[in-house]
Parts: sequence; C-alpha cells; structure tokens
Amino acid sequence: MKISMTVNGREMSGEAEGRTLMSDFLRNTLKLTGTHVGCDTSQCGSCVIHVADRAVKSCTMFAAEADGACVKTIEGMANDDGSLGTIQQAFQDHHGLQCGFCTAGMVMSADALLKENPSPSESEIRDYLEGNICRCTGYHNIVKAIMAASGQDVENIAA
Amino acid sequence: MYAFELERPSTIADAVAALAADNAQALGGGQTIIPTMKQRLASPSRLVSLLGVSGLQGVSSGDGAVAVGGATTHVDVANGAASSYPALASLAANIGDPAVRNRGTIGGSLANNDPAADYPAAALGSGATIATNHREISAENFFLGLFETALENGEIITSVSFPVPNRASYVKFEQPASRFALVGVFVAQYDNGVRVAVTGAAEGGVFRWTEAEAALSSNYSAAAIDGLSTPSVDNLVRDLHGSAEYRAHLVKVLTKRAVASS
Ligand code: FES
Ligand code: FES
Repeated sequence: MKISMTVNGREMSGEAEGRTLMSDFLRNTLKLTGTHVGCDTSQCGSCVIHVADRAVKSCTMFAAEADGACVKTIEGMANDDGSLGTIQQAFQDHHGLQCGFCTAGMVMSADALLKENPSPSESEIRDYLEGNICRCTGYHNIVKAIMAASGQDVENIAA
Repeated sequence: MYAFELERPSTIADAVAALAADNAQALGGGQTIIPTMKQRLASPSRLVSLLGVSGLQGVSSGDGAVAVGGATTHVDVANGAASSYPALASLAANIGDPAVRNRGTIGGSLANNDPAADYPAAALGSGATIATNHREISAENFFLGLFETALENGEIITSVSFPVPNRASYVKFEQPASRFALVGVFVAQYDNGVRVAVTGAAEGGVFRWTEAEAALSSNYSAAAIDGLSTPSVDNLVRDLHGSAEYRAHLVKVLTKRAVASS
C-alpha cells in the first residue's frame, strides 16, 4: 500500500506492507538513515522519533500507523541553515556521545522531554531516559548536555 | 515477522467487522504484540488498529468513578486521572518508559493480561468494570489466568470504569533488567472495605490477597499486615529473578508500603 506523511515538514510517501516497521520505512524507503535500529526489540531507544508530537520507538510501530501523521526525526533537529540545533550542539559541547549510535534517539527523547518540562532536574532527566540505552558514555554527559540545552547551569553535574 | 494485513477502522462497527476475519487480532499501541510477532510467537493474518476508532480515547470522571476509554494511552491516563484518581495516574505514569507510555493502551494491557503487568492490579484492586462492545465484565470475572481473559474473539474493550477509593496506592518492585513488576501491590480503601490486588507474583497472574483485605478492613495500617503469615507459595512464580518464597515476602512488604503511602 502507498502511505504518505509529513516528515520534518516535508510531504513524503512510499510503499509499505502491513508489517513494515516505521524504522524500516524511514531508513529503507525514505532513506532517512539518521534514525538508528539498535535492538529492534523495544529496549534501547536508538530508534526514537516523534509522531504527532509524541516520542515513540519507531521499531515498535508499523509505518502504516503513521500514514497521514506529522513525523519528526533526527534529520529535522538541525537549524534551517544546517548548523546543529540547540540540543545537538549541547551534546557536542558536553561530550554527550562517543560512538554516536544511541545519539539520535537520545536527542529525540531529550527534545520530547524539554517540550514537556522545559527545566527538568537531573533526576527527571535520568528518569525520562529510562528507555534509552547508551553503552558508551555512562550517561553523565548526556544528562549534562540535556540540562545545558535547557539553559540550566551544569557546573555541579557529575563528570 | 510474517505478513499480515493492517486495518485502521474509524468506528467500532467497522472494527468489529474487520475482526470477524479468521485469525484477526485487535491492535492497541502494539508495545507487546509487535515484539511478540517479531519473535514469531504470534502470527495474526490481520491486525485491526483501534487507535483511530472514535470514542475509544480519553479519561472522564463522575458518579464516584473514573472512566477510561479502551484505546487511551498510558500517558493520557497519567495526565487525565491525576486529580480524579491519583493512584491510578501514578501507576500509568510508571509503566515501561516514556515512548512505551506514548503508544501503549489500557485496553491492550488488560486484554493481554501479562502476569506482571501493572494495569490488572489497578483493575482488580479497584473492582473496576470492563465494558466491551457487547457487555460489561467485572474485573473479578475478567482475568482468567496467564495471558487469558474473559474476552471472546473479536470482542473490543471500549472503556474501563474505576470506582474511586478513599485512598489507594500502587507499589511495585521492579525486576531490574526488564523493569516489569517482580511483584506489584495495589491497595485501595473503599467505604465498604479494602481491596488488595497483587501482580507479578503468581503463575496465574493478578490475584486478590483476601487475608490482607480482611485485616486492613478492620485496621487500615501497615501494622495490621505484620500479624499475617506470608501468602502461600504454592502458585507463585519461581524463576531466576526470584524464588516463590522471595516473591511471597515481597507481597507482604509491598502491601505494607502501599498502605503507608496511600
Ligand atoms: S531499535 Fe527500537 S528500541 Fe532499540
Ligand atoms: S554513544 Fe555509543 S551507545 Fe551511546
């Protein structure tokens, strides 16, 4: 079947089967490979995107369920001139990534959190990242980056 | 995952018609069935998404009860019941992780009846009524055992009505890897008595701990639980995450914590 959606502000469409996962549709059909698939079993959160303004695991929803929806992926996080968006820049400034595999999902979760809670505490950030696994950083710098992106002082955050 | 057709009806009538096909199955937020299908433990020939069906979403309150539409996501229950039934809202706010709560639905959780799921504890602990497209089922009669409910093929949960207690609390001890409840206890005090529902602990899924209910109905305090013997280990889960004795002990400890925090 043909499905269409607005991805990062642009109309996009492609063919999908009933069983086509949203993560596969983005990566293989729309060629938006910024969304990563780390586990494919709903554990790691590297595939997090926003559908209708809500963070979801794109490996755990069917592409056809997003037919007609507004979708935002990591490719929509940069500024219009191509420079890094606030959260992305904070990840770079605070060394919030090493291998980078989890980062797209971390940034999308962070974006969802800051929309809901513009000035989260350290524990609120850690709590919100429950579904995002990072095997490199030990999380401290990710938490720090998200706090910094929210405009808070991060001097007293560990690491 | 094996191929199947995906239907997205917008009315209950169309959903019921679509579910009449052989081996058709309802799809809520998919947070359980999609991983299950990936493992080929389920292979429906047709999935019927209920998320687009009008009238199945939202939280409302009135007449001493909170009504939740069958396709309401966990995050919407967490927000929508925050003032009308805080213990229910907080249970919903602690299911899985944020992305799971943004997709998963109450109807999906109840219909699946995972023995370690949170919602069955709230439903049984509140004496909830589960309404479907053709009848009302009390929580008592709804949960039949491991992944088994009173729902018939093609029957859709349209809403769940929770009588609001005087006070209530849900406390779970998370299995550290899966974050599912190793044991979870929901305690609710009503004018006519106290209900205690336990999830995660038993092989057959959620159950009521009637001895604790009787003790708390006459003396609503954590101390009232001290005098009880731990629940029988006969039907409790024993696996690498904990022995039956350990789970039985947790039931008692968590019941006290739930009373204290209610
Ligand atoms: S790839 Fe989706 S949660 Fe890991
Ligand atoms: S930076 Fe490598 S997994 Fe997070």
